[in-house]
Amino acid sequence: MSNTYSLRVNGTDCEVTDSDITESLLFVLRERLGLTGTKNACTEGECSSCAVLVDGMLTCSCLVLAAAVEGQEITTVEGLSNGPEDLSVVQQAFVDNGAVQCGFCTPGLIVAVHDLLEADPAPTDTDVREALSGNLCRCTGYGRILAAVHAAAEQMRSTP
Amino acid sequence: MSRQATITHTNTANRGIGADVTRPDGIPKVQGSFAFSSDLWADDFLWGHTLRSPHASARIVSIDIGPALATTGVHAVLTAEDVPGQLNFGLEHGDQPVLAANQVRYVGEPVALVAADHPDIARRAAEAIVVYYEVTEPLTDSEAAPQAAPIHPDGNVIRQLNIRHGNINATGEVTVEGTYEVGMQDQAFMGPESGMALPDEDGGVELFVSTQWLHVDRSQIAACLGIAEAQVRITLAGVGGAFGAREDLSLQLHLCLLALYTQKPIKMVYSRDESFLGHVHRHPAKMWYRHHATRQGRLVKVEARIVLDGGAYASSSGAVIANAACFAVGPYKVGSAHIEGLAVRTNNPPCGAMRGFGAVQTCFAHESQMDKLAVALEMDPIELRLLNALAPGDRLITGQQITGTFPVAEVIRQCAEAPTPELAPTQDHRNLPGGSGRTTEATDTARGEGFAVGFKNLMFSEGFDDFSSAACRLADGVATITCACAEVGQGFVTLAQQIARTELGIDEVILAPAQTATIGSAGSTSASRQTWMSGGAVQAACNKVRSLILADISAKWGVHLDGLVLRDGLICTLDGQQQASLAELTANRAYEADVVYRHAPTEALDENGQGNAHVSFACAAHKVIADVDPDLGLVRIRHITTAQDVGRILNPTQAVGQIEGGTAQGVGLALMEEIVLDNGLVRNASFTDYVIPTTLDMPDVTIAAFIEEPEPGAPYGAKGIGEPPTISSSAAVAAAVRAATGLDLPRIPIRPADIALS
Amino acid sequence: MNRVVLPLSLQEALSTLTADPDATVLAGGTDLMVEINRGMRRPTSVLALAKVPELRRWEITPNRIHIGAGVTYTEIMTTEIAQAAPALAQAARTVGSPPIRNAGTLGGNLGTASPAGDTLPVLATLNATILLQSANGQRQLQLDEFMVGVKRTCLEPGELIIATELDRTNGGQEYLKIGPRNAMVISMAGVALVADLDTRSVRCAMGSVDAGIPRALKAEAWAAERIDWDNGAAIDPAVAQEFGQRVSTECSPIDDHRSTAAYRRHAIGVLAARALNRVCSPKRNGHV
Repeated sequence: MSNTYSLRVNGTDCEVTDSDITESLLFVLRERLGLTGTKNACTEGECSSCAVLVDGMLTCSCLVLAAAVEGQEITTVEGLSNGPEDLSVVQQAFVDNGAVQCGFCTPGLIVAVHDLLEADPAPTDTDVREALSGNLCRCTGYGRILAAVHAAAEQMRSTP
Repeated sequence: MSRQATITHTNTANRGIGADVTRPDGIPKVQGSFAFSSDLWADDFLWGHTLRSPHASARIVSIDIGPALATTGVHAVLTAEDVPGQLNFGLEHGDQPVLAANQVRYVGEPVALVAADHPDIARRAAEAIVVYYEVTEPLTDSEAAPQAAPIHPDGNVIRQLNIRHGNINATGEVTVEGTYEVGMQDQAFMGPESGMALPDEDGGVELFVSTQWLHVDRSQIAACLGIAEAQVRITLAGVGGAFGAREDLSLQLHLCLLALYTQKPIKMVYSRDESFLGHVHRHPAKMWYRHHATRQGRLVKVEARIVLDGGAYASSSGAVIANAACFAVGPYKVGSAHIEGLAVRTNNPPCGAMRGFGAVQTCFAHESQMDKLAVALEMDPIELRLLNALAPGDRLITGQQITGTFPVAEVIRQCAEAPTPELAPTQDHRNLPGGSGRTTEATDTARGEGFAVGFKNLMFSEGFDDFSSAACRLADGVATITCACAEVGQGFVTLAQQIARTELGIDEVILAPAQTATIGSAGSTSASRQTWMSGGAVQAACNKVRSLILADISAKWGVHLDGLVLRDGLICTLDGQQQASLAELTANRAYEADVVYRHAPTEALDENGQGNAHVSFACAAHKVIADVDPDLGLVRIRHITTAQDVGRILNPTQAVGQIEGGTAQGVGLALMEEIVLDNGLVRNASFTDYVIPTTLDMPDVTIAAFIEEPEPGAPYGAKGIGEPPTISSSAAVAAAVRAATGLDLPRIPIRPADIALS
Repeated sequence: MNRVVLPLSLQEALSTLTADPDATVLAGGTDLMVEINRGMRRPTSVLALAKVPELRRWEITPNRIHIGAGVTYTEIMTTEIAQAAPALAQAARTVGSPPIRNAGTLGGNLGTASPAGDTLPVLATLNATILLQSANGQRQLQLDEFMVGVKRTCLEPGELIIATELDRTNGGQEYLKIGPRNAMVISMAGVALVADLDTRSVRCAMGSVDAGIPRALKAEAWAAERIDWDNGAAIDPAVAQEFGQRVSTECSPIDDHRSTAAYRRHAIGVLAARALNRVCSPKRNGHV
């Protein structure tokens, strides 16, 4: 039942040993690699709290079989900044605009907004809403989150 | 230390009360380094899992744990026989078994526990437990419950509360009548129930868990474990939202039982479907109302019968029905009222606290009635509300006189009169009903505007000894605040720092972990009470420290107390001529104080539901613009305007966040959120089928006004702001859909079929 | 066997499956992983198809569209497939959320064979041929031959869905879907409709209202006779209205926790009428 394989996470190769083959990438990141920034809210792809990038593609890590992404480049929320003093523009905008309350949906949103703004530096409000329509948040009603996304987009456009 | 000392010249005015200060936990939360209760880890820990009843009503004939125990990797399988102390627990009444012994009363009731090396092994072992049930017909009709055979030794009526006010035989020239229904809403916080328990050497247990009320968890846990309260040490772990669902115990006791039995750390994390079964929900309500008014529109009397389905166990149903009944007529002056409130027991899932706590259900009914009355009177519905709006000095239907601020008319006026932003016609399906499903063109829609106002009490009522505890220690110019207030996302951690900065004139404030071992109870993070209660406790503790410092310096400098002030990290004379650094002053000696803070006492309600049962009140109003596709019954809310009675704003951005978030939960209840039951069985225990609003369901919210009339007796005059936004938003959405369709729509959530097939 | 195999070619995938016919086939994971996470399925060996290049290809020819089983919803929405089969792109856009659409595949939608599968009504209206292959050879089936019931297909052990081939049509295409909110929903009722100017035919299929994906064959023929094909497929709105009612009689919806049979039948009628009006109105609205 056990299995050994290697995952490349945030630029580092990580050995996964004694893993059950049915374990999701979400489980392996959190419980085997200690990367608990990726959150476990529904484990059925309905909330995006577990969003990560797999080879640059926004993905719900709960729906990825960990052993099947061996060799692919996985980026989690922990890989988007270096230490507490070095927030990304998106992360800083979330803090500054009150986009964080309980914070459980926040890491998935941070990853999704990075993905969105990389693809589209000037999204309309409706574009932002569609892009984030899979990221459920129960605390904010989304108002401050949308404000943060627009603030981050503006800042990224003004500082090349 | 020297690094901290340099901060003392920061202008604290910008980071104190009233300022837009950012959350202290914001940075770890955006970086994914904030430790939620599901992120915990300990050497050699085991995974716990719960076996739950598949039946709504059954006698347990036998439980065979043998096959589960024989599974490789399983360390323990526990049943009711293994509960060492009290067999039942409960928030108000101890009526709920820790583990079901002879009888199960709802689908999802815990029956057995497993601890194993891997979560899937634990799950499989739980599946291997053989339970023989003798299934009986469940009681699922709340209105039949009082007369039905009791399903619990405590009977089927959890609480009956009748309010008789004024002349209950009075009649009005104009009457309107209606029957209303509210479905079962779930709090649907994002972070499922989770935690870790570790056995202690002294036979006690240490628990890290997401909860709303550490100390009441502790007393329930200790009683059922049969150990002293001091042997149960609880630390708040990161909480992924709460909204009432974490006020009752869920997995706390189970974690501790397994940890004590195995003498190993135990971790449990509910899956989403288990979370839907593992916590209480908002009470479904059935309500009959009759309003009597004069021809001129003055309310004469309101009659109502309110039945709340409490489900299998009491939880906080007694307090919820009290709120539903006390605020049944809304923020209106009514001379006479006859309200029958009933919270009953059924074999449906247990219901308890959720944001708005009873006032949400009745607001839907009373605001529907007010609109109906306006039609009957041929009167503008806003005018009707203004004509009857409660004001300070008026009496509630409980006979209580409003002594604090209560700007109902101003809230109504500001919300109603605020201009709605221009809503450009759209061809973009994403902004039309049905969204990207492309069901609807603009020409298929009708627009409606709806309005509602609601109110509720702040803090605990009916004579409850409501208090919070806090400690402040100032050393090296840094304040450390200790308080067991559960931060569940609402932003108390930000406020506590702001309060300490304002009171002590310093900038750096550290918050100690919320723990049972270091401080007394803060009460629950519920009832919109923590800003007032724990905020009040922190303020009082800081004040005490300030007084100690002032007394010392006053003596030392020979300056009267009134001539001294703490600001910008300094203590100085008013003219600034003489000053000393607080960092230096507290470098060799710490100033410390702790306090227990109480609000003014309240009374129980008498046999007629009369009495000064509540401390303070707050209201909010919503105006909703909805586009409806009547043929398909689909709704797209285009805009929401709100105004709220806030006392005083302590942190503008956090206030906006509470209002937008609370409004969204009301939108969800009005249009989509309902736990669907089939003879007691939950049919939609997942985020696939229990849907909450997304970014394409929530419109922009305009806050027309924070009505800032400082509340006497409240710290800084601030009222709690968490609940009012959830109370009136559902009713306003329903009103907007009614306006667009001309339909009665007496039930929320409004399902597409309720519109399309009417 | 207790392993995850990641074949790098179709041949390798098929030979792996021949050797281990009980292996669980993993495409995008959006359905399978839900079952695994819930403990409803505990595969001991998994054949993951993500890296099989033959399954990731698509090709558009003048008359047909070939879409490999591993092509994702996002690819369907954002590539030339969207211009070639607009209704398929519209359907893809309603599937879950952006990360789900990045992972989920057309082959996976077929393999799950849910009546609520969003692409399936579109495939039915575009005369889809499902290509199945095993070590023993290839089979080509129509959707109604392939999907034999709720979440049941005629896929045999050792067989893989490798691609779907669709007609290109000349004229409007529509997919309309109802869910309980404005994004990220499972279909409560859905309609795909094509008006093909070349064959002067209407094809209409329905989702979430039957054990399979029913076509409204009688209503299609009825409408085709009433469309003025020589004048840009003009239609009298009253005809579209009646078409909707006729379509709604050609399905067998049920009550469940998501909706009621009565609402579903009603909604199908409204959606079908609107779809026909859209593809027939002079200003076609067939793009995403």
